[in-house]
Amino acid sequence: MTHETKRRIEGFIALLLSTMAAFVGLFWLVFILGDVLVHGIGAMHVSLFTNDPAPAGVEGGGLRNAFLGHLIITGFATLIGVPIGVLGGTFLAEYARGRWISRVISILADIMVSVPSIIVGTFIYALMVRPVGHFSGWAGAAALAIIMIPVVLRTTEDMLSLVPWTLREAAFALGSPYYKVIIQVVYRGAATGIFTGILLSIARVAGETAPLLFTAFNNSFFSYNMNGPMPSLTVSVFQYAMGPYDDWHAQAWAASLVITLFILFITITGRLLIKWRYKQ
Amino acid sequence: MKPSIKKNPVDSIFAALTAVSSFAIIFLIIGILIVLVSESSLAIHKFGILNFITETDWDPVKEIFGAASTLYGTMVTTALSMLIAIPIAIGIAVFITEIAPNFLKGPIGIAIELLAAIPSIIYGMWGLFTLAPLMTDYIEPALQQTLGKLPFFSVLLAGTPMGIDLLTASVILSIMIIPFTASISRDAFNLTPEVVKESAYALGATQWEVVKNIVIPYSKLGVFGGVVLSMGRAIGETMAVAFVLGNNHQITSSLLDAAATITVSLANEFSEADTDIYLSSLFYLALVLFVLSFITLFIAKYFLIRAERKYSR
Repeated sequence: MTHETKRRIEGFIALLLSTMAAFVGLFWLVFILGDVLVHGIGAMHVSLFTNDPAPAGVEGGGLRNAFLGHLIITGFATLIGVPIGVLGGTFLAEYARGRWISRVISILADIMVSVPSIIVGTFIYALMVRPVGHFSGWAGAAALAIIMIPVVLRTTEDMLSLVPWTLREAAFALGSPYYKVIIQVVYRGAATGIFTGILLSIARVAGETAPLLFTAFNNSFFSYNMNGPMPSLTVSVFQYAMGPYDDWHAQAWAASLVITLFILFITITGRLLIKWRYKQ
Repeated sequence: MKPSIKKNPVDSIFAALTAVSSFAIIFLIIGILIVLVSESSLAIHKFGILNFITETDWDPVKEIFGAASTLYGTMVTTALSMLIAIPIAIGIAVFITEIAPNFLKGPIGIAIELLAAIPSIIYGMWGLFTLAPLMTDYIEPALQQTLGKLPFFSVLLAGTPMGIDLLTASVILSIMIIPFTASISRDAFNLTPEVVKESAYALGATQWEVVKNIVIPYSKLGVFGGVVLSMGRAIGETMAVAFVLGNNHQITSSLLDAAATITVSLANEFSEADTDIYLSSLFYLALVLFVLSFITLFIAKYFLIRAERKYSR
């Protein structure tokens, strides 16, 4: 056995292990998605979408209220979070471009993206739940909006930076003020990117549970009242999965499947959009 | 150059609006810190800082609260999950950058990143109903039969396999953090200049030797940043762990025992805390978690920035 054969064998083993690592990663993905798919489809039933929860232990309930609550909470979170995020990103990439403050806020936003979401839940609980004495849909929407802002802000900043500076100069030369340049030229050039950022941030918060646990809490009734506790799919899944009834577990699986498909659909759409827009 | 005619009033208003929106990030961080400190002041006064961190009791009845047991749970699950995830993640990055044929690079990269897009509650469901039973019936007994016979591991793997324990939680966490390390390492590997790699090949290096001696040393700042980032993620992960850890406040030497992490006790106990000191102690836990993860993420960001500077030169 020469030195060279030893080197070749060592190399072969290392590369084989790397290949196996990739298969381990794919294995987990297929395992988890397949499991959710199999259990979810098996448990899928029209009553999930048309009925409100039945009393504990009684069969035949659904999660209509949670679907509605989830849509409302996520919708309001988007309405609050997206404008702040887009405008904030605009400041970093335009008015404060190249300044140290832009760099600092950008770094802090990056950190905020990964800060545990349950912390945001405790923060909003102290601000919006404890003072009024009850859980509310507004508190849930606020918590999700806070998680959304740094995500939208960072992608907006990146996308605006990709728009060539000369494009702005052309508009300046025509005498337009900066805000008009931003709204009519820069935003247009970066529209697909910003839209993708918004999509991905919605995908991010649509699956959040921890920040809703003690802000929106839960509610087993059909409710439009943002000022009271509001049900959401994710919190319902948590409660049902931890509960003792098989019927609850089945509904939790079906709801999990809906959440997963929704989020994967948005994520993949977002990726394709980016690829389509920036790869040529 | 920026235009000198900035006197347009609408422009000033728009500029102010964007400035306020971006400062929202700073207000948020300071706001969270102030709120958590003030809400936990009761517990800070009663238990102090060092005492709180080293106190192992968490007893709502006697109103004695300490963070040691939950901190221990957080540290063990984080460390164990990183131990499992990092080799796999770096292997994936090597596979994507060096081994996979070109048409596979994109799809495999996206597939791995999809792991990060799956919400943590789904990991929790899967962990509770699918992984935990598998751990109880097959993996944990098998580990006890083999590794468990060795001196040190016999302590780590003592007890009856129940599936709801530190080991299961760590396995789930490891799957969740693989994509973070893998995609950042992949990007860092990709930045190694081709010329440097080709010179090594010209000297007769094998493919693995190029990876080991050229690519990894060249990109170690980025890889390290990715590893620390995934550590920050593991520290703060809540729902996936909440399903399979049992929220049992104890410091246990066996990985097959139920335990609690900071995030799990927050998720389970926050809306049930019935006394002021109980709630205040939970806010204190949240404060500890916030400081811990903020510092970790800051370190990760520091390495990633240094890596960025190095490569852009």
